[in-house]
Amino acid sequence: MQKIIKIIILFIFLFVIGIFYISLTRDTNYNTSSLINKETPEFKIISFDNSNFYTRDDIKKNNYTLINFWASWCAPCKIEHPILMKLSQKKNLMLLGINFKDKEPQAKTFLSELGNPYDLLAKDKNGKHSVKFGIYGIPESILINKELMIIQKFVGPLSVDDYNNIIKIIE
Amino acid sequence: MLSNLGNILLFLNVILSLSIIYTANRNLKISGGVDKNIFQLSLIQSTSIIICFFVLIAAFIVSDFSLITVYQNSHSLKPLFYKIAGTWGNHEGSLLLWAIILSIFSFLFLVYNKNHPKKFRLLTLIIQNILILGFLFFILFNSNPFSKISPIPSEGLGLNPILQDPALAIHPPLLYVGFVGASIYFSAAIASLITNYSEKSFSLSIKNWVLISWCFQTLGILVGSIWAYYELGWGGFWFWDPVENASLLPWFAMTALFHSLIVFEKRNLFYFWVIILCLITFTLSVTGTFLVRSGILNSVHTFASDPTRGIYILIFLSLMIFGSIFLLFKKYKKENYDLNRNSKETFILVNNWFMMFYLITVLLGTIYPIFTDALTDNKISVGPPFYNAIIFPVVVVFLLFMALGPKAKWIKNKFENIRTYILILTGAIGLNLAIIFFFKSYSLLSNFIIISALFLIISSLMDIAKALKKNKLDFARIISHTSFGFLVLFIGLNDIFSLEKDYNIKLGETKKFENYSIQLQNLDLKNYKNYQAVIGKLEIKNINSNQTNILNPEIRIYDKPKTLTYEAAIKTSLIKDYYLTMSNIDRSDYYNIKFQKKPLMAWIWISVIMIVVGGSIRLFSNAKNN
Repeated sequence: MQKIIKIIILFIFLFVIGIFYISLTRDTNYNTSSLINKETPEFKIISFDNSNFYTRDDIKKNNYTLINFWASWCAPCKIEHPILMKLSQKKNLMLLGINFKDKEPQAKTFLSELGNPYDLLAKDKNGKHSVKFGIYGIPESILINKELMIIQKFVGPLSVDDYNNIIKIIE
Repeated sequence: MLSNLGNILLFLNVILSLSIIYTANRNLKISGGVDKNIFQLSLIQSTSIIICFFVLIAAFIVSDFSLITVYQNSHSLKPLFYKIAGTWGNHEGSLLLWAIILSIFSFLFLVYNKNHPKKFRLLTLIIQNILILGFLFFILFNSNPFSKISPIPSEGLGLNPILQDPALAIHPPLLYVGFVGASIYFSAAIASLITNYSEKSFSLSIKNWVLISWCFQTLGILVGSIWAYYELGWGGFWFWDPVENASLLPWFAMTALFHSLIVFEKRNLFYFWVIILCLITFTLSVTGTFLVRSGILNSVHTFASDPTRGIYILIFLSLMIFGSIFLLFKKYKKENYDLNRNSKETFILVNNWFMMFYLITVLLGTIYPIFTDALTDNKISVGPPFYNAIIFPVVVVFLLFMALGPKAKWIKNKFENIRTYILILTGAIGLNLAIIFFFKSYSLLSNFIIISALFLIISSLMDIAKALKKNKLDFARIISHTSFGFLVLFIGLNDIFSLEKDYNIKLGETKKFENYSIQLQNLDLKNYKNYQAVIGKLEIKNINSNQTNILNPEIRIYDKPKTLTYEAAIKTSLIKDYYLTMSNIDRSDYYNIKFQKKPLMAWIWISVIMIVVGGSIRLFSNAKNN
């Protein structure tokens, strides 16, 4: 009996140290790039004006969709806004904006001042829906094709390079 | 120049450690007392490592940027105080502090334990020096604070501004004395196993060291919490962050240890359990260091991480663990306890169970994310809800035992005055109801926690009254236990009665809520030596009492490195703290302010200090009796 306990204790310590060792060589930074080339998760998210819900069916209607997570309190969101405005003129790209953990009046002011680039506008008041898309800071944008495949993920504000990149893909 | 001097001193220390091990080993084989040379070598060792540390401090003071450590963590414009504190505010410098504490404890243990067997003392010294060597090699070959950089940069990168704080200057040294101090009873436990020194007197050789490390550990944790409270800017003081947990784990083990030592000293029971706790405490310290410094855990503490460090500490840790396990298995003899279920021994054992329960809970919560990540590729984080759900309900029972335990008699106890306990319990419930009646109601669990805390406080206070009559007062225990009761009570009340409001506010604007009004009266821009500050002037008015308070939260713009920090303005009084933070909103005239009313904050700190006071009283009375 004592022998078995001893072996178990040894095994536990070996196991813990083994895990520690494996962890040392792993990248501990939270990274969601693994979502690329995967199918978009199912979602049902309420529109900004509470009038209806958006789901994956709304994405299927267009060749490409860019989901953009933003908030009025987020300074980098303002920086990328002109790029979104430009993207909104592209015909085969739908822009789905998800207003993230925001207050409605402020969000409205934001859009009336800087313009509304979004074809569809939804809100995620407590941030729960965004988790499905692996969002851990905003702004973030996800480019999805008609087959619901995630093509690209943009962490942080969209840059001019990102813009050119998106144009290249959708045209 | 300073670099060479530092390196020479480090090498000298390696040689000294080796000579101590060699001399002590030779001394083991001959009869007579401990060789005088060993004392001298040990003294020289402590002195030279301290000098080595001063060399590093000097490098920081004169801003010698030829040293990478100084370059990365200092700046010539930094105030002198923070230049000095910067010495241990980084990985390399703090390891040197490790080595100092290891060496000083090694020397003092040798000097202060003259009544114990020579073989035990020498072996403790040898093991401790093996630990010292381990750290010296780590410093020399992996984390050398005296490494040079070429070409020499003209300016340093600066110390992270949130670390430029008096509390944080003393936090690491306090904590290190705590958990590095645990090394000495780790060494002593190994020596005791090897030499079969398992008499009661073994407990005398280590108990003061346990108390010293425990007092410092507690203070270190306290100072860290105070810093988090006023610096991190959201009003909490404990976040269950992995690094905080790493400091709490050895604390649980130490607390269990010095309680078991009481039984071991009095009744000669639990020898192996005491040994296991000694081994666990320091092992947990090193494990904590591994988790924090290797970068495998994400945390608010931003230590630069480097996998080679991790490998080194992990090897060191494995040697410690498997060495101890091997020795323990070899020497372990089954002990038969015939404990009466109702006796002081049992109650102290119950304390240990609780400590082990807390320890395992926090340990699992801390390392669980590492396991899920390595085994399933899932990244999760374990946060406050887990700890709160598991720890707080158990605290209720723990407090009740804490009230009953100390009064129990050795060997066989009888609770004579059950009526008194029922009275105390009624009193506690009555007080709790009074709080609800006069202020507000709260959750069932909070009710239980408040009642059990009051139960502990009242019964401890009655103990004092009774003991004063008989003139037999165990101050140390009563102060610590009562203060712990108060600590839980204040944390509970603080949690229940805290108030928090969030506003966007313009200059001149006033916001009203409950019976308070808050006005942003003025904004001021000031230049300081190493930062610029936007200082807000906000008036908080209690409409009922017409009392006004002015608070000045700051937005600081640091230059080296370029960082924005938000300094909370805190108005402390004995009853409550007003806590206010302010942040700017880009491209608008609005400022976001967060106002909090936090009752009894000062008393939370005072309770912890009193717990340490209790521990120190025990320490001094022990020292006097020896």
